[in-house]
Amino acid sequence: MKFLPKFVHRLASPPHFYRLAERWTPWLGLVAIVLILAGAYGGLVIAPVDYQMGDGFRIIYVHVPSAWLSLLVYMVMASAAAVGLIWRIKLAHAVAASCAPVGAWFTFLALATGAIWGKPMWGAWWVWDARLTSELVLLFLYLGYIALHGAIDERTRADRAAGLLAVVGVVNVPIIHYSVEWWTTLHQPASITKMGSPSIRDPAMLIPLLIMSIGFMVYFAAVLAIRVRGEVLEREWHKRWVSEILGDT
Amino acid sequence: MQEFLNMGGYAGYVWGAFGLTTVVLLLNVVLARRYHRQAAIRARRRHGSLS
Amino acid sequence: MTPRQRRMWGVGLVLFGAGVATALALQAFRENILYFYTPSQIESGEAPVARAFRIGGLVVPGSVHREPGDIDMSFVLTDNAHTVTVAYSKILPDLFREGQGIIARGRLGEDGVFSAEEVLAKHDENYMPPELAEALENTSHPGQSN
Repeated sequence: MKFLPKFVHRLASPPHFYRLAERWTPWLGLVAIVLILAGAYGGLVIAPVDYQMGDGFRIIYVHVPSAWLSLLVYMVMASAAAVGLIWRIKLAHAVAASCAPVGAWFTFLALATGAIWGKPMWGAWWVWDARLTSELVLLFLYLGYIALHGAIDERTRADRAAGLLAVVGVVNVPIIHYSVEWWTTLHQPASITKMGSPSIRDPAMLIPLLIMSIGFMVYFAAVLAIRVRGEVLEREWHKRWVSEILGDT
Repeated sequence: MQEFLNMGGYAGYVWGAFGLTTVVLLLNVVLARRYHRQAAIRARRRHGSLS
Repeated sequence: MTPRQRRMWGVGLVLFGAGVATALALQAFRENILYFYTPSQIESGEAPVARAFRIGGLVVPGSVHREPGDIDMSFVLTDNAHTVTVAYSKILPDLFREGQGIIARGRLGEDGVFSAEEVLAKHDENYMPPELAEALENTSHPGQSN
């Protein structure tokens, strides 16, 4: 454990983390609401229509942030699982287990809003191209984590087995990202991950997308904070600090 | 206003996507809070059965 | 080696193994992961002409033909190297227009005409307001390449 800096140790202490998360959740929630509302207003009202898709392009403001978050949450989940596996930190497994349902919902949103966008523009709700298929695999990885974790009674073993699945599944993340470059797909290539020259040139179009994406990230942090607190209570219920906290409220 | 709601003929798709996103985002908060609340209830009950 | 270092190696090796296995599998199934073939690939015999497959390309401006009073239509697809004529008789997606990237699923006939059962529009990664698109059109050609 000596590699880890001191503040990590403190953060990894469940009672400390529990109180910290409790204090931060309302603020995270507030910031998320403000950013998401601002992003939605920018995307629906301020942004001009697209030269090809007209108003239909506004679906980008929910589709792209959901898709980004589906990948970001997976990376957080897999990193937490790896830390839990290697350093045997229980809180890390609690974080991984809390990420899974949230990530699954973001993946569902990315797929569903993509289908709603694809129908009028491409002419199909769904196609089996590499991008859509690999994103569907991501949903199954999340569901696989949840199912495997739920199927094993003893929590330590459930954490390790599901955590290993999460780590192995990281392989899918670059596949999703590069699918539009490695293979021919119906899905278009990335618009704004290209450093320096995003393909959305109008700031009135781009800025709401960035605000919305940051809003989704803060929202994720808030929901994660609530879930991890629940997860910690499930795991630490026999500890004295839990009864102290629950007795207080 | 009418024009805004109509979304250039894509009303069903645009509002459908935004509506679905709103529902899922709210649902996630509800589910997380319920999970925490039930964990607290379970922890209290288990404690009670210990002492 | 401490137990922690052993676990670190274990996790790393599992990830490495999964990565190599996946890369090999994707390489082996490369053909099946391609969503469409280009007119050049058809020309060079890479496309599976014996069965139904998808071709993708840009609709050549001025090549869209409609029979008056009939739903039958045809257009020419190009990848700026080779071209294929496509015949189609169903509803087109909103983004179908001349110069647009299109993917058609169907069979290649003896006469070299591709008869499509389904036509999907491919969007590129560029988003811009109409005024900007117009300005770009006047100076140079906008990014219509896929």
